Amino acid sequence: MFEILLSLEYTPFLLSFKLAMLTTMILFLISLPLAWYLSQTTSKLKPVLEAITALPIVLPPSVLGFYILISLSQNSALGSFFYEVFGIELVFNFTGLVVASCFYSLPFMVQPLQGGFESINKNILEASYIARKSTLQTIFYVALPNMKPAVLTAFIITFAHTVGEFGVVLMVGGSIPEETKVASVAIYEMVEMLDYEGAHIYSGIMLVVSFCVLLGVYIFNAKSKKIGGFI
Amino acid sequence: MIEIKIQKQLHGAHGIMDLDIDVKINNGSFVAISGKSGSGKTTFLRILAGLESAKGFIKVDDEVWMDSQVVLKTQQRAIGFVFQDYALFDNMSVENNLLFVKKDKELAERLLQITELTTLKKRMPKTLSGGQKQRVSLCRAMMQKPRLLLMDEPLSALDSHMRLKLQGEILALHKEFGTTTIMVTHEPSEIYKLASRVVVLEQGRIINDGNPKDILLKLSGSQKFSFEGEILEIRKVDVIFVAIIAIGQQIVEVVVGKDEVHDLHVGKKINVSTKAFSPIIR
Repeated sequence: MFEILLSLEYTPFLLSFKLAMLTTMILFLISLPLAWYLSQTTSKLKPVLEAITALPIVLPPSVLGFYILISLSQNSALGSFFYEVFGIELVFNFTGLVVASCFYSLPFMVQPLQGGFESINKNILEASYIARKSTLQTIFYVALPNMKPAVLTAFIITFAHTVGEFGVVLMVGGSIPEETKVASVAIYEMVEMLDYEGAHIYSGIMLVVSFCVLLGVYIFNAKSKKIGGFI
Repeated sequence: MIEIKIQKQLHGAHGIMDLDIDVKINNGSFVAISGKSGSGKTTFLRILAGLESAKGFIKVDDEVWMDSQVVLKTQQRAIGFVFQDYALFDNMSVENNLLFVKKDKELAERLLQITELTTLKKRMPKTLSGGQKQRVSLCRAMMQKPRLLLMDEPLSALDSHMRLKLQGEILALHKEFGTTTIMVTHEPSEIYKLASRVVVLEQGRIINDGNPKDILLKLSGSQKFSFEGEILEIRKVDVIFVAIIAIGQQIVEVVVGKDEVHDLHVGKKINVSTKAFSPIIR
């Protein structure tokens, strides 16, 4: 048993976690202003923005992957711009995966953060403005510390969702070993090649890790006795 | 001197209402704003704080806070604000709630001492009682030595014992710092005790403005006592009628003549007054 575990190729897992970590960090930076804006605005554009943000939840990953592939490839304006100016290719490599994952997991970061911001008593934010604090100071010193469960939920769900993605990754990244072959893709290939033993081990690891992460979130949220986000 | 002239259209519970207030407030005075709910009191405070927009102007001494060209942001106005629901920063201790406003340990200590909170300074807001929270909120509002202190029904969520204590503390802080204060309140006793002037709003307009004693003592002619109340029940007892009337927190019985009873019904708001008699105060 141990021999099998030791002889196993762990690169796909490392790739999965590296991808998830990067995506989560980038998405936090992108989502923070977006979620804040959505939570505070009374603009008529709000439902439109909310609908666009939520699209990746309902779209089939293959549809999303297809559009991302088309718009990031070197034949597109965006893709050729990045290639010519920065020398970066955005498809069939790890960078492309990160970009695609950021689109795919966007709602899982924005929605809990928006829910968290909305759950904060408006008077507390106003008290901070009255104390002559800027919006940025208010977000970091007053809002975020008072919605820790929502922040944790956003991080974990985004991370887990990125680890678990398959369709978008396959469309945009293909299955290049040590570059874009993440755990979920590796499992798919093992099953295709009838390597059920490997698929069992990989799947088992994913199952246990996912369960432990979710259990941790629920225990933390129950302890802080606050419901933040939608988990 | 604070000069205020503001207009704003409000969508209240009774349809559209025009808030139209023109008032001058002397430095160092304590003004109570009174009036029925929905009369625009809170909106008035929020406009002063820059939390809501309006037309007109606000001038504090020589500094323009708002006019047709300039609108200072909330952060640029030297104000303190005490909310009805305290609005403390739950992630900070009592002391840090104060220091977050301004890193002035000496002032924080002094404020906590005046409000007898020194022993609680390391506690988190969630572990405090309502009265303690409102005292912290009051101290926090004073931390930047505001030119204008705004209070929106600060004591209405507290019981009567706590109210009395906090009224004393508000007065002590007002005497110590001389901050120009505007406080929204319904309580006549609070107005009388704290304010040097009361402004009564109705439907967004000032309907009364003056000395609390003149406005609160609603006497006419030779009346000695006069109370506003609501009829709860009218009972026939032999040949007379007895009305049960709620006046403030008290219930009283008043004998009503046969000819008067026709105009009265349960739920009617009435005025109970009496003329010559010597009350006994114990």
